[in-house]
Amino acid sequence: MTNQAENFQRAMEGFFARPDDTHYILSLFITGATPKSTRAVKNLIAICDRYLQGRYELEVIDIYQQPERAQKEGIIAAPTLIKTLPLPLRRLVGDMSDEDRVLAGLGLRVKTNV
Amino acid sequence: MVSQWERTNPFVSVLPKAPTGISGLDKITGGGLPKGRPTIVCGGAGSGKTLLGVEFLVHGAAEYDEPGLFLAFEETPGELTMNVASLGFDLERLIADKKLLIDHIYIDRSEIEETGEYDLEGLFIRLGYLIDSIGAKRVVLDTVEALFGALSDTYILRSELRRLFNWLKQKGVTAVITAERGDGTLTRHGLEEYVSDCVILLDHRVTEQVSTRRLRIVKYRGTAHGTNEYPFLIDRDGFSVLPITSVGLDHQVTEERVSIGVPQLDDLMGGRGLYRGSTVLVSGTAGSGKSSLAAHFVHAACQRGERSLYLASEESRHQIIRNMRSIGIDLQPWVEAGLLHFHNARPTASSLELYLTITNRIINEFQPQAVVIDPITNFNLMGNPNEVKAMLMRLIDNLKSCQITTMMTSLTGGGDALEQTEVGISSLIDTWILLRDMEANGERNRLMYLLKSRGMPHSNQLREFLLTSNGIRLVDVYVGAGGVLTGSARAAQEAQERAAALAQAQEVERLRLNLERKRRALEAQIAALRANFDAEAEELYRIIDQQAAREQQIMTDRADMARHRTVYSTEPDGGESGRRNGI
Repeated sequence: MTNQAENFQRAMEGFFARPDDTHYILSLFITGATPKSTRAVKNLIAICDRYLQGRYELEVIDIYQQPERAQKEGIIAAPTLIKTLPLPLRRLVGDMSDEDRVLAGLGLRVKTNV
Repeated sequence: MVSQWERTNPFVSVLPKAPTGISGLDKITGGGLPKGRPTIVCGGAGSGKTLLGVEFLVHGAAEYDEPGLFLAFEETPGELTMNVASLGFDLERLIADKKLLIDHIYIDRSEIEETGEYDLEGLFIRLGYLIDSIGAKRVVLDTVEALFGALSDTYILRSELRRLFNWLKQKGVTAVITAERGDGTLTRHGLEEYVSDCVILLDHRVTEQVSTRRLRIVKYRGTAHGTNEYPFLIDRDGFSVLPITSVGLDHQVTEERVSIGVPQLDDLMGGRGLYRGSTVLVSGTAGSGKSSLAAHFVHAACQRGERSLYLASEESRHQIIRNMRSIGIDLQPWVEAGLLHFHNARPTASSLELYLTITNRIINEFQPQAVVIDPITNFNLMGNPNEVKAMLMRLIDNLKSCQITTMMTSLTGGGDALEQTEVGISSLIDTWILLRDMEANGERNRLMYLLKSRGMPHSNQLREFLLTSNGIRLVDVYVGAGGVLTGSARAAQEAQERAAALAQAQEVERLRLNLERKRRALEAQIAALRANFDAEAEELYRIIDQQAAREQQIMTDRADMARHRTVYSTEPDGGESGRRNGI
C-alpha cells in the first residue's frame, strides 16, 4: 500500500469519475509456482487487460517468499486477490477461472448468482 | 496439490504426552494430550472450549517451557486477554516474554468472492510463520470451523482442513482444534473424522435447573484413558476436571485405630475404635443424635491434632457450633485453630458432580484426616438414587485412597426399614452405627446398635445412649421378658432392682445377727459350764488341799505321839492305834 492520503484522493476521484476512468489497485497473493497460482496470474491479467486496460496496478506477491505480507493482509486462502481500490475492499479467492465472479468481485458487473 | 510440508511421519514407539497443566485432565488422559498431534475439543456454545485451549497454552508456556500460538477466528486478542484475565491468566506478560502469541484471523463473508479453485495455503503460511517466530510447540485453533462460514466450498475446506491437521502433525506441534458440536455428530462439520488421535467432548448440561459441565474423552488413540464423563469446573482458578483417580479398589489400608470420640462406643468395637481411613455410616431417624455423634467424631479428631472437614448440608456452621455446645462439645476453638473446616452448602445449589468436584477440591486443598458428611440423604434432592450412589462411591473411594476417616450420617425416613439406607450405600461402608428411637411408656429413648463393623470384633449389644451436657453417654439397656427397657422404664427397673437388692441385704443382715446371737448364747453356755466346772474344780482342789493338810497334821501328830510314847510309855501300838481310830 502506498500513501494513504493519495489512495483516499484516488478513491474519491473514483467515486465521482465515470466508471471507465476508475483506477484499480490490486494485490494478488500466490503460492509460488503452483498450478492454481499460475492459473490465477494468467486469468487475472487476461481479465484486467480486457476490462481495465491501462487503469490498474497489479502487485503479485508470493507468500512463500513474504509470509509477513500474508500475515499483515490476513490471507487465508490462496490465491487471493485483494482489491484495495476502488472501495469497497474486496477479496477474491480462487484461480480466477470464473470470469463472471471475478468481474462481480471487481465491481465491473452486477453479480448474477450468489 | 501436494504440500511442501508433507513428509513422512516419524514412527513413534511410545506415545509422548504434552501435559495440559489442567488439574484432573492430565490424570484421565494419562499425562496430557498426544504430543505433536492434533486434538479436537468439541462442545456447544459456552462449554469452555476456548478456555481449555487458553489454559493449555498458558500452562505450556509458564510451566513446561513450550511456547504457544493461539489462532483466534472468533475473538480478537484484546477480547481474549480480557476474558481470561478474570480467571487469573496474565496473557500480556506471556506475550511480552515471547512465550505466547495470539493472532486473530478475521474473515468477512461479504468481502469475499470465490472465483475458482483455491486452497488454504495462506493459512498454512501464516501458521508456519507464526509458529516459527516464537518457536511454538503448542497451537490452538479456535474455532477453525469459522472458515465454513466464510468460504462456501465445503469440499475444498474439508480437504484443506484434513491437510492442515496432517501438516500440524508434520510440524510436530501439539495442536488443540476447537469445534462446535453438531446435531447428532461430535462436530458440526465432521472434523473428528480427520483428527483421529484425540477427541475431547465438552458438555454443558442443565438438569432440573442445575447445570453441570462434563468432559469426556471420546477417543485417544494409543492410550488407555478414562472413558467416563468427568465433571469439570470453571471457576476462579480456571478449568479443573474432577480428579477421580481411584477407579480401582487398591487403596492402602492401615491397622491404626482411631477413637470415634465416645470411649464407650470404642469399647463396642473391640475397645479400640475405628480403623483409620474407614468409612462410618450413622443412620437414624430424625433427632436420633446423628449430628451429635458426628460432632464427637470431629472433636476427637481435632483433639488428636488432625485436620477435620465438616461438610454440612442442613445447618450453618454457627448453628452447628452453638448446638453442639449444648452437649458439651465446643468446636469453636478448633475452627479458630484452623483444625476444623466447615463447608456448608445446600445440596440443591449445585449438581451432584459439581458437589463432588468442589468437595474433592476442598479435600485436596485442606488435606483433612477426618471428614463428616452430614447428611448424605440430602443428595437425593440432587439426582436419582443411582447417580447419588455412584457419586458417593466415588467420593468414598477418593476419601479412602487418601486414608481419611469418614463419618456420614443418613436420615432414615418414617416408613423406611431401619437397616436400609435411603441412598443404598450400605455395601460401601465399613462400620454402620444404627441409631434409633424407641417409643414406650409415653417417651422416646435413643438406642444405638453397631450393625456392622468390618474387620474387628464388635458388640452385639443394643445400647441406650443419653445426650448429656457432657456429651453422649452409653448405658446398658435392660432386656427382660417385657422386651428392651429404656428411659424411665429402665429407671424404674433400676429402682426395683435396687429395692430388691436392699431387701436381700436386710435379710442377710438379719440372718447374720441371728447367727451372732446364737453364737453368743452358745458362748454364754460355754462360759456357765466352765464357771461350774471351775467352781467344782476349786472345791475339789480345796478338799484335796485340806486332805493333804490333814494328813500332814496326822503325820506330825503321829510323830509327836511316837516321841511321847517313847518317853512316857513302852506300849508299842495300843495308844497309837487307839488315837487313829479316834479321829
